[in-house]
Order: sequence, then structure tokens, then C-alpha cells
Amino acid sequence: MTVLTMPGQPAQPAPPGQAGPLRPLPWRRMAWVTWCQHRPALIGVPAFFAALAIVMLSEGLKIHHDYGPLLACHPLTASTCENLSNSVGSSDWHVGDAVNIALQLAPALIGAFAGVPLLARELETGTYRYAWTQGIGRVRWAIGKIVLLAVVFAVGAAAVSQLNGWFFQPFAVQQDMSRLSAAVFDTWGIVLAGWVLAGFTLGAFLGMLIRRVIPAMIATFATYCGIDLLTWQYLRPHYVVAGFWPAQLLEVGWLLALSALLVAATVWLARHRAA
Amino acid sequence: MNIIETRGLGKCYGGSWALRDCTLEVSAGQLAALVGPNGAGKTTLMNMLAGLASPTDGSATVLGSQVPGSPAALDAVAFVAQDAPVYPNLLVADMVHLTRNLNRYFDQRYARARLAELEIPLKKKAGQLSGGQQAQLALTLALARRPRLLILDEPLSALDPLARRDFLTTVLTAMADDGISVLLSSHSLPELDRVADYVVVLTRGRLRLAGGIDDLLSHHRLLTGPATEVDSCARQVRVVQVQRAEAQAHLLVETSDPDDPVPPGWEAHPVSSEELLLAYLRDQGKAGLASPSRLQPAESAQGAR
Repeated sequence: MTVLTMPGQPAQPAPPGQAGPLRPLPWRRMAWVTWCQHRPALIGVPAFFAALAIVMLSEGLKIHHDYGPLLACHPLTASTCENLSNSVGSSDWHVGDAVNIALQLAPALIGAFAGVPLLARELETGTYRYAWTQGIGRVRWAIGKIVLLAVVFAVGAAAVSQLNGWFFQPFAVQQDMSRLSAAVFDTWGIVLAGWVLAGFTLGAFLGMLIRRVIPAMIATFATYCGIDLLTWQYLRPHYVVAGFWPAQLLEVGWLLALSALLVAATVWLARHRAA
Repeated sequence: MNIIETRGLGKCYGGSWALRDCTLEVSAGQLAALVGPNGAGKTTLMNMLAGLASPTDGSATVLGSQVPGSPAALDAVAFVAQDAPVYPNLLVADMVHLTRNLNRYFDQRYARARLAELEIPLKKKAGQLSGGQQAQLALTLALARRPRLLILDEPLSALDPLARRDFLTTVLTAMADDGISVLLSSHSLPELDRVADYVVVLTRGRLRLAGGIDDLLSHHRLLTGPATEVDSCARQVRVVQVQRAEAQAHLLVETSDPDDPVPPGWEAHPVSSEELLLAYLRDQGKAGLASPSRLQPAESAQGAR
């Protein structure tokens, strides 16, 4: 039997039953499958971050120009500096607010619109009966998809939050915001990537658990807001570490642990919950 | 080798049994037809054999000794679920690549040749194909994996008569060319009559009948005689179904030996496969439920003679 081989793909092994012990299918196959099936999410989420980055860059250059004298003014409490602060336009604030809100909402949006449909749509429409009976097996199938998308989204979030560190600085200086205040802490540094991971894996988990897209989306929003609120209100005041970066690392640490737990629970459900 | 083997297999969904106490042996190389009304447990049985669902009770193996859902079983069992699920937003070409990437073995040349033959365009979205084309696409993708066992759940229900014939021809060609075994469920009897080597009848989650079709036909007969004698006749033979006319009665009976003598006063006729299956499908509420008729495959039946 002759088989067409594609460039970059290895020759196909012998038909089933004639080969030796089965080796697991390579992960890069799942990368292609994920790209093929989740193109909207793989393009949409980075495009959302890219659009934010373009706004930040174009507006940021203007704002930094306007705020240049203010940023150079020391100490901020001096009356000359306060006059300077009052004189710069409040219109820039709308842009700053909008970007900040978009970044704060990003993890919940990614969870609901990219995380939930990942598995829930397959279960809702019945296509899992195709996917779960292919040679790759449902465990590799689920892990491959979740991990690839999670890495892409987290890298995007990390990049955009680095840019935000520069973009949002004038606002933080003008308002004399602490770097540990929610608006700054959530959107600078590395915790945004952590929250995006948690939001996405939460969406995937609830999609697998609830098995229907719309109810799982609502549950993801509600659960994400709950976790976020608890973190603001109760968790962060009890961080034992002091300073911006130690607190960031601590928060990313537990968010990563939570995400890993959610992925494990999702895969366990896919593996053990009968159709 | 038994391509499918189940022992006391049962599946319980939320407190009610979708399938119970199903013991079955289907040898390789056959087309086995799974027949039963809606809700009889056909899909439940197929889901367990495909590895989608796990048994509540008993056990199942495929390909001799593989547990359904295990890597070796997934590799060599292809399943086309009811309504032939495809990803509606993907192009036909994407579905081909997807299946190729999800499996160790995939005969891309075969897949492309068959799709061209069926005039299914590669650049069309799978969701825009007709029901018959979607069924053919799903079947083509399954066959291109060169499985040893192909499980088809109600593949014919969405198809018009011409498409049904084409579909079955494809299946039979693959069986002849590659020696694959097929389990096919349907509630349409006439098509199965011509193609099935083995039949399994399920009603209300119970196995009613299983056996090679020729074997079953030679072990059943239709007896015609006086209606008043039905009870005395029923004491001598195992009656599957009784139909009473005015003075006459027709009994569909099972005989252990095709050469068994006919009770005096009765006349014997051979039974058609459709009559036989209908009798077992209709005979749902009777005592026979507890002991399904399970004639052994040809070799053991011959040994008994």
C-alpha cells in the first residue's frame, strides 16, 4: 500500500495491527490540530492584545510627551509640581482608564470565550464522538489543546503588561498610586499572564464539567469574579512578602498552581467521565 | 478470533439500565448487524465498544483482547457515530488533515481518491455538505485509517435509497479488500438482510437474539396448523411468536435441529430473515427475555449435529 507523505512529515508507519508496540503520537501533531480547529481564538486573542498594544504605543508617546515635565518634577508634593499636575489634560485619562479596564477584563473574557468552547462545544454538538475515537486518545488530545492555547495567551498577556508598565506610569505618578494598588498590580509585571492562565483553564474546566457553552460561560464569569474579589479583599492583604516583585511572584506562583490543578481536573474529567 | 466479545455487559445511566447482561461473541471478518427499536441500547453498546463510555457492569473486549478505549483499540477501531459528526466550520480538506494528524496510520491517497469519486469538493465546508455527503465523508475518513473493526451507528438513517446503496457498497468493498470487520446498527431491515452475516437483536436493553444469519434461518421455521392445537404444539417446540387467524395459527418456532420432525397436523415453512427479525423485535414483553436465543456460530452448531 502506498501512502502520500507530506513535506515535513515522517513516513507513515505500517497499518494498525502490523506495527510493533504503539508509540504515542508526537505532540506537534496536536499543535497542527489545535491551529486547524481553534484558528479564531489563536488569531482573535493575540489580535485583541495587539490592538491594545497599538493604542498604548500611539497614545503613550503623546502622553509621555505631555507628562514629561511632570515626570521630571520632584518632589511631587511641591506646589509647582501640583500646578503642573493639574494643568495636564484629563482627556488622556479616558484612554488610560479604557486600557486598564480592558486588561482587567481580559482574563475573564479569554476564559469565557476561548476556554469554555474548547471542550464544551465538542460535547454540546457531539463532535467529541469523532475526536475521542481517533488514535491519539482523548488525554493527549485535551492536554495538547489546552497547553498550546494557554501558552499563546499567557505570552501575549505578559508582553502587553510589560508595555503597560511604561504606558500607565504617568497616570500612576500623577495620582501617586502605590504599585500595590489593584489597577497597577493587576496589569503590570507578570500577574496578568497568571490571571489569563487561570481564567482560560477555569473556562476549559467548567466547559468540561457543565458540557454546555452558555451556562459554562456564565459560570466562568461568576467564578472568575469571585476568585478575583476574594484575592483583592482577603488574600493580598495577607501576603507575607513585601514589595512589588516578591508579591507578583507569590501571586503568579499560586495562580500557576491553580491553573495546573484545573488542567489536571479537566483531563481527569475527559478521561473518566463516560460519554 | 472474536473481533467483539462482551460478558454480562451492562450500562446504567442515572439509575436506569440502558443495556443489561449482554454476552456476545462476534468472530472477525463479518458484517454484524445490530438491530433494535429506538432506545433498545444499540448506541449504548456501540459507545462502550468504541471506548466512549465505560461499562457499569461486566466487560467488553475488541480485536481479540483489547479493552475499548485503550491505545491499541483506538488505533485499530474506527467509529462513525450517529448523524456522522463532522466539524461544520472546517473544510473537507481540513477534516482529512485533521484525521491524518490524529492517527498513526492514514491512507491519504485513498481518502482523496474516494472523495473525488464521490464528487465531494475539498474546498467546501463540511457543514455545507448534504447529509449523505457528510455520512460519506465520515465513512471515508474512518476507512482511510485502515481499521480492523469499523463501528457504524445508524449510518443509513439520514440517507436516501441511492445513497444507502452507495454507502453499503463502500463498506462491502472495504471488507472484501482489507478484510475488516464491521458492526452496523440500523432499524431498517431490508438493507441489512442482503449484507449482514451476523445479526444481534436488542430490545429494551436486553439481548434477544444473536447468531449467524444462515444458522438462525436454518434453526427457525414457520408452522401452520389448527388454532386449537397451539398449546399442545407449544409444549413440543420453543415458540417465538404466535399469530392466530380464524381457524389457523402460524407459529414461528426455534428448533435445535433443522431435521426435527414437524408435529402431526402442522405444516412447516422456511422463514425469511425479515420475518425472523421482526418476530424477535416484536416479542419484547415475553418470558423469553431472560434467556436470549443465542445460537452458536456455524462450527459449534455443526458439531452438535
